[in-house]
Amino acid sequence: MQGIVDAFAPLYAMWQSFEAFMAGPGSPGLLGYWIVVVLMMTGFYIVIAHDNLVKKIVGLNVFQVSVFLFYILMAKVSGGTAPILADGIEKYANPLPHVLILTAIVVGVATTALGLALVVRIRNAYDTIEDDEIQAVEEEEDT
Amino acid sequence: MSAIYLFFLSLPFAPMLEPHLPALQVVVPLLAAPVCVLLRDAKLSWLWALIVTWISFAIALVLLGKTLSTGLIIYEMGNWPAPWGIEYRIDAANAVVLVIVTAIAAVTLPYAKASVEREVPRPRIYLFYLMYMLCMTGLLGITTTADAFNLFVFLEISSLSSYVLISLGQSRRALTASYRYLIMGTLGATFYIIGVGMMYMMTGSLNMADLATLLPAVDHTRTVLAAFAFVVVGLGLKVAMFPLHTWLPNAYAFAPSAVTVFLASTATKVAIYALLRLVFTVFGGTALFDTTGINLMLIILGIVGMFAGAFVAIFQNDVKRMLAFSSVSQVGYMVLGMGMATAAGVAGSIVHLFNHAVMKGVAFMAVGAMFYVIGSVKLNDLAGIGKRMPVTTAVFLVSGLSLIGTPLTVGFISKWQLVVAALDAGWWYIAAGILLSSLLAIAYVWRVVEVAYLKAPPEGSTGRTEAPLSMLVPMIVLAAATVWYGIDGNTTLDIATHAANALMQSVAGGRP
Repeated sequence: MQGIVDAFAPLYAMWQSFEAFMAGPGSPGLLGYWIVVVLMMTGFYIVIAHDNLVKKIVGLNVFQVSVFLFYILMAKVSGGTAPILADGIEKYANPLPHVLILTAIVVGVATTALGLALVVRIRNAYDTIEDDEIQAVEEEEDT
Repeated sequence: MSAIYLFFLSLPFAPMLEPHLPALQVVVPLLAAPVCVLLRDAKLSWLWALIVTWISFAIALVLLGKTLSTGLIIYEMGNWPAPWGIEYRIDAANAVVLVIVTAIAAVTLPYAKASVEREVPRPRIYLFYLMYMLCMTGLLGITTTADAFNLFVFLEISSLSSYVLISLGQSRRALTASYRYLIMGTLGATFYIIGVGMMYMMTGSLNMADLATLLPAVDHTRTVLAAFAFVVVGLGLKVAMFPLHTWLPNAYAFAPSAVTVFLASTATKVAIYALLRLVFTVFGGTALFDTTGINLMLIILGIVGMFAGAFVAIFQNDVKRMLAFSSVSQVGYMVLGMGMATAAGVAGSIVHLFNHAVMKGVAFMAVGAMFYVIGSVKLNDLAGIGKRMPVTTAVFLVSGLSLIGTPLTVGFISKWQLVVAALDAGWWYIAAGILLSSLLAIAYVWRVVEVAYLKAPPEGSTGRTEAPLSMLVPMIVLAAATVWYGIDGNTTLDIATHAANALMQSVAGGRP
């Protein structure tokens, strides 16, 4: 019996975080982190499972965005406002992760741009952007 | 080394520059790189890159001299004190890596001129040198910084520029190799920032020294455990640690020759350094180091990599690819030394960083010169190359002997150090493994030697044709270094021991 309960524990934890999220702002919840994990694994899966080179780049993007979200979530302070230097603002979110993620977003854009540029060149050279077809051509070249 | 530092101090402009050397090390090539876009000319941008890399090399030598004579150098960016500001910290460990990167960059550039003109379309050559300098900036940044997130930024600078450099290869396979490296490299870097984020969550700090003091208090949490795993896997990808090495062989095989020389000798080395820094300096004081069994994992992956890389190398018909697989095998030795987690083992790892950078640089330079002259590096096309290009082949032979670990070459020094470290710790089977894998190296080096010396050159080949002198000289210089530091192993071993001690400082109580 305990085994069944344990098996459903993650699902229950998810439900609890959902409840906490619905409880309104100010209550600490884990829903955000669940979204991060789901997005991260979705992106990772797309990168691994898809043969289309553009889709791989999109998957990589989803994967990176989940990390951005992860940083933004950890910066949140319950009941805190945006980190602005002004009168009356005493409780505010940690601005450092926001700044870090600005940098990471720039890196992500650069990676995407370079990746897509490579895909264009690959399409010109191989006439396809399907990884399995490219690999078949390359194996032929090797033998 | 300290003589170089003293000489620098006697220069008139020294007092002004001296306190800012750690920043200049990174800033000079960073600011110099875009100038290539203004120059636009292939020759001018080459000359510019040459000047800049040699200046960087001089800075690195002075920094190494300074750390060896005065110890740790701490530089606060913009005068913001750590842990709020970004801090550059240079001790013996990263000073060595700085010298490796800049020395290889400086020696590769004279070589690159002729090689790049042959392999890269002329209108794109200035972009090549731009990317070359940016890549060097990234590698130097990773090495100097003491901030975990800053390391990620430099990691991406070096990675993005190396994807571009690889894609400049002549064959269309360079494009797919670069693309696959981009996917793997980005995954690795992203894994790394996930780990950094988790560390930040638990400690509120990104400064490595600060993290090292804060992490032990929270090392029982699953968050820190996950952070450790993400960081090791992420950097392991950049290191090309055994099961994560799949991007490496094609990337090295299809990149332009000069790029292969530069990346093979520096990029994985810097990644190894980053891994050493994170594992020993940042996580060294935590209980994770013992509870996760990371040592054993690194030892096993190192040994499997050593054998798998060398074994696959034997069956390659493209010499560049063969050497790339040999790199996977050689990275295995470094990972193994790291896994021993003793001062002697880590010193073996670090001395192998230097030694492998030198000997693989020579090997890829020789292969690049062969490609320059006969337009192919397939084994079948190299028949009788020993008669057609005697100097290049002799140079290749030196590096081949060093890859095997023959006495009087640098390869012997590092293998000796690793074997001694393994025996000291009582792991005789590891020592046996190191010796056995050297036998595999004999096999792949022999395949080239056999074709080069024992087969007749194809009919119609025109006598002796060497690559231009600008390619031969750097090759011979590095080959001489291979032999010199193979005979005089004490200099490099001394520095490596300093470096290992600097890295292992925070490892609790030292390890047996």
